[in-house]
Amino acid sequence: MSTFRTTKGGRVDRAHPLQFTFDGKAYVGFAGDTLASALLANGVHLMGRSFKYHRPRGIVGAGSEEPNALITVIRDAARRTPNLRATQIELYDGLVAESQNRWPSLQFDAGAVAGWLSPLLPAGFYNKTFMWPRAAWHALYEPNIRAAAGLGIAPSLPDPDHYAQRFAHCDVLVVGSGPAGLAAAKTAAASGARVILCDEQPAFGGSLLDDRNATVNGQAASAWMADTLAALAKNPRVRLLSRTTAFGYFPHNLIGLSERITDHLAELPSGMPRERLWQVRAREVVIAAGAIERPLVFPGNDRPGVLLASAARTYANRYGVLVGRRAVLVTGCDAGYEAALDLMAGGAHIELIADVRPPGYVAGPAEKAARAAGLRVEQQSTVLGTQGTLRVSGVKIASVDASGQISRGRSYDCDVVLMSGGYTPSVHLHSQSRGKLVFDDSLGAFIPGKPAEHSHSAGAANGVQGLTALLRDGATAGANAAAAAGFTASAIMHTGVALDGTMAGVPGVLSQPTVLPPAKAFVDFQNDVTTRDLALAQREGFESVEHIKRYTTTGMATDQGKTSNLNALAFIAEQSNRRIPEVGLTTFRMPYTPTTFGIFAGHARGDLFDPVRKTPSHDWTVARGGVFEDVGMWKRTRYFPQAGEDMKAAMDRECRAVRHAVGMFDASTLGKIEVVGKDAATFLNRFYINNWSTLGVGRSRYGILLRDDGFVYDDGVIARLAEDRFHVTTTTGGAARVFAMMEDYLQTEWTELSVWITSTTEQWSVVAVQGPRSREVLQTLVSDLDISAEAMPHMSVANGTIAGAPMMLFRVSFSGELGFEVNVPARHGTAVWEAIYNAGKPFGIAPYGTEAMHVLRAEKGYIIVGQDTDGTMTPDDAAVAWAIGKTKPDFIGKRALERPAMKRLDRKQLVGLLTVDPQTVLEEGAQVVATAGQTVPMTMIGHITSSYYSAALKRSIALGVVAGGRALVGQTLYVPMPGRDIAVVVTSPVFYDPKGERING
Amino acid sequence: MGNHAVKTTAPVAVDMSWLETPASTARLSFRGNAAAIAAASTAFGVPLPTEACRAATVGTRSALWLGPDEYLLIAPESERLAIIQGFVRDLAAHPHSLVDVSHRQNALIVKGPHAVWLLESGCPLDLDLSRFPVGMCTRTLFEKSEITLWRTGTDTFHLEVWRSFMEYVTALLTETAHELPA
Repeated sequence: MSTFRTTKGGRVDRAHPLQFTFDGKAYVGFAGDTLASALLANGVHLMGRSFKYHRPRGIVGAGSEEPNALITVIRDAARRTPNLRATQIELYDGLVAESQNRWPSLQFDAGAVAGWLSPLLPAGFYNKTFMWPRAAWHALYEPNIRAAAGLGIAPSLPDPDHYAQRFAHCDVLVVGSGPAGLAAAKTAAASGARVILCDEQPAFGGSLLDDRNATVNGQAASAWMADTLAALAKNPRVRLLSRTTAFGYFPHNLIGLSERITDHLAELPSGMPRERLWQVRAREVVIAAGAIERPLVFPGNDRPGVLLASAARTYANRYGVLVGRRAVLVTGCDAGYEAALDLMAGGAHIELIADVRPPGYVAGPAEKAARAAGLRVEQQSTVLGTQGTLRVSGVKIASVDASGQISRGRSYDCDVVLMSGGYTPSVHLHSQSRGKLVFDDSLGAFIPGKPAEHSHSAGAANGVQGLTALLRDGATAGANAAAAAGFTASAIMHTGVALDGTMAGVPGVLSQPTVLPPAKAFVDFQNDVTTRDLALAQREGFESVEHIKRYTTTGMATDQGKTSNLNALAFIAEQSNRRIPEVGLTTFRMPYTPTTFGIFAGHARGDLFDPVRKTPSHDWTVARGGVFEDVGMWKRTRYFPQAGEDMKAAMDRECRAVRHAVGMFDASTLGKIEVVGKDAATFLNRFYINNWSTLGVGRSRYGILLRDDGFVYDDGVIARLAEDRFHVTTTTGGAARVFAMMEDYLQTEWTELSVWITSTTEQWSVVAVQGPRSREVLQTLVSDLDISAEAMPHMSVANGTIAGAPMMLFRVSFSGELGFEVNVPARHGTAVWEAIYNAGKPFGIAPYGTEAMHVLRAEKGYIIVGQDTDGTMTPDDAAVAWAIGKTKPDFIGKRALERPAMKRLDRKQLVGLLTVDPQTVLEEGAQVVATAGQTVPMTMIGHITSSYYSAALKRSIALGVVAGGRALVGQTLYVPMPGRDIAVVVTSPVFYDPKGERING
Repeated sequence: MGNHAVKTTAPVAVDMSWLETPASTARLSFRGNAAAIAAASTAFGVPLPTEACRAATVGTRSALWLGPDEYLLIAPESERLAIIQGFVRDLAAHPHSLVDVSHRQNALIVKGPHAVWLLESGCPLDLDLSRFPVGMCTRTLFEKSEITLWRTGTDTFHLEVWRSFMEYVTALLTETAHELPA
């Protein structure tokens, strides 16, 4: 089958071949392969087209840093995931993968015409080229640019997978499981600390997985690794999370981990989430995230077959795959030589090693080993270009003499070019946590400075090199972290033996005969940013790296410049005669790698998006076809349609039943607070505007609550159950905030009061029974309580029994009719609701919903806080100033009401508004103006807050607020709507039974 | 590209042995000052804990510390009226508040070796035995619902959930139970 698989070695399972397709063509790989390694084993390097110029692109890396090989994986119509890195896609049997950003095919892409047009597409081209004609921007340019932009196609169907979230706590979180991470976890775990070790890869081990010959403590590194992991796995205080990316470092050592659970499986396990978000609160964090090799910048460096030397090592040693059979290594880094040795060991021919370092460097161990192995090394080299179309076929190497003169160069045939520009420590998490970075001149890269959080960078991420040093740095960080978390820890030291090529490199751009060679030299592969773009940005006056980044988009692709940022900085520094640290550094932002929306949504979708709060009549209502509406988290019944009824017909019938017979309404959602203590009345006097001292036991009163700015905040009926006990009701939406406001005042302002509050919202189920026959209905059910008009007048409260349940009965009305509210302990709610319904049938009882309730209360001019008030209305504005206890020394908001502005006569006041045409129903929110025929901008003097058709009055009614409205009663105003001005007459807000006789029935 | 079929393993029945819904009990919210708390301990027959976030149990009665002046008292339903009358009688001299909240909330027991795992899916607290020992209780969040969480055993948690949030909390725990190995 494959021609590039080595005969042995690697960590793939050669006994388990897996079938897969790429762009429709069938291939075979092995269990343990990634899509990248399996395609390379089949000799496929071409895996995508570039973003802007549609250039053919191949694999560059072997891990999450991969900028080019972005792939769509398809399981079904809905499970279609674009922009996955081929290097991280684990192969499974039947995997279907497709390349992106090409049409009609990857080999022949019509979009590649963009490459020929590239002189027209310089940095910031969309700010320049498409400036004229101006009108064409919206109609032509922007739509076409948007169509051409973007990578991959997002799935168009809802995501059928589910995602989980969880919280975790640990003493030490270790990010990365290379030699440093493993040593850190081992030491921290030995101290007794709770440890979480996570790694983005499927297997733990990091760079140890890529090394053929390394040993630790005289043992093969793979054996040491296996022993260490086995011991960690056995420790109940240790949690190992593979396929888990630490994507974000949030304040106070909260780390976001994204765990991929099913993407690598051929069969999706039933019930399992696709991914899991871990929110880890770690006392200490060890960042052992390793280092990423940098590409070299030279003309034609983006041709498929030109890839990182470290990636070639990974493919050879971990996957048993040769990236080519005839290789040229271009390196500015000693460690790069190791790839040549590993490829040679796998059977490849090393044509040449071109070392691009300037003269005077000290040969490192890897170079010495390569020379000892007889490999040909040309020093002081540079690369003038590459040949090939869809795959590199040759590379032109020149020499640079002491004066900087570059030779004409010579071409070498090859099928792969390895490049190594040195290593960049992965400082992303350290930087995300606000830790500073310092430039290490010997390494030629930024390394972590002083941490800002409780974190410890270790290993290659800390700029450390050499296996023994990595193990020591990791163990030390693990010990320091455990000690900082309160454990007695001592670093467990190890001795490692490896080739230990050094990581220092030559950031920037290789020397060229002219500053800008004719062929493109790419700095940022994914966003197609070349040296020309960076040079142009500087010529046009951009100096700050932050500006150059945004102008050229370098480092702004989905890989966030993991392989490109330092090269860009070095090039900018060289062009502007500055040192790299003077150019500065852009911000590292989370997520470290792209993260699904799914893990942030978690369970919060569909029925579990929010708690769905249901009242005791819910199931009964569902069974009868009731229609619900959402009120906060509550489901409230909107109306109860009978056969053939629409909403208007149902609510008209429900309203008529309440006005002429009896209706019942589930009022359980109202907030309820029990206020108890000898100072309860004093507390309520200070809290609400009303006078509560004069309220007798067994009586209730309508209360208004202001904020301290004097504006209406909440309302509700408050009953005095005993001298020291009040039952307070609040609006449905206000329950939690009124309770919190009471507790706030009790704990901070009025600590001397002997009074306590308890929420009883859900203790009580409440049925409002309203209408002229409501008493008759209840009399059939209540035998132990006299509810006659004399014994139980309006606004009284008494205890009794109903349908076998203990009852607190309120004589109260929000409809203007004779009415009661039956409160029973909630577990009796359903039975009592049904009992009242059955008892009410002979009286023509109708269950009614919130729509009818709104009409009934509006007919009476009863306000709804939050609908007829908007947070800027005083009690006087809302026509409830009568409720103010005039003799009280103080209440919340009293002082604010004394401000002159609060007493102006032209404040918006609540009034009734009747349309001249009684059948016209105004729109809520519509504006009110004084005269007809105004042109925009009109002078708006008010707006409509509530508007309904009243079946009782056989006409429309509306409440609204109008500047100085009460003085305008009888006058005609206008509500401008498209095409017409609707004439309205200002009236009292009480439309029905203005004398209030019915309520005392 | 709708021509690919997703392979899914056969659904497995979810083990629900971690969940118990106990019979309804009497619940009283008690609030008062230090003297009242001392008197309440006598009246209730359980010493009300003064250490924050701790519960005390004597026989079938428990007192959960929810705040410096606030306790949730739990007892068998049959003893509810007697307890209320006892407080009226014994705490007359001590300002306090006793409110019956028996119907406001219901209990859930989450138990077994995966209890902590299940709760960690929605509760941000550290439930390690060293940080959340047996006998600890607190009001906290389970995703978007307030709950009272009380550890009654190494592997047993008692949750108090307001009535209308119970369906939500149970559904979330059950969804997480699907993640458990069969």
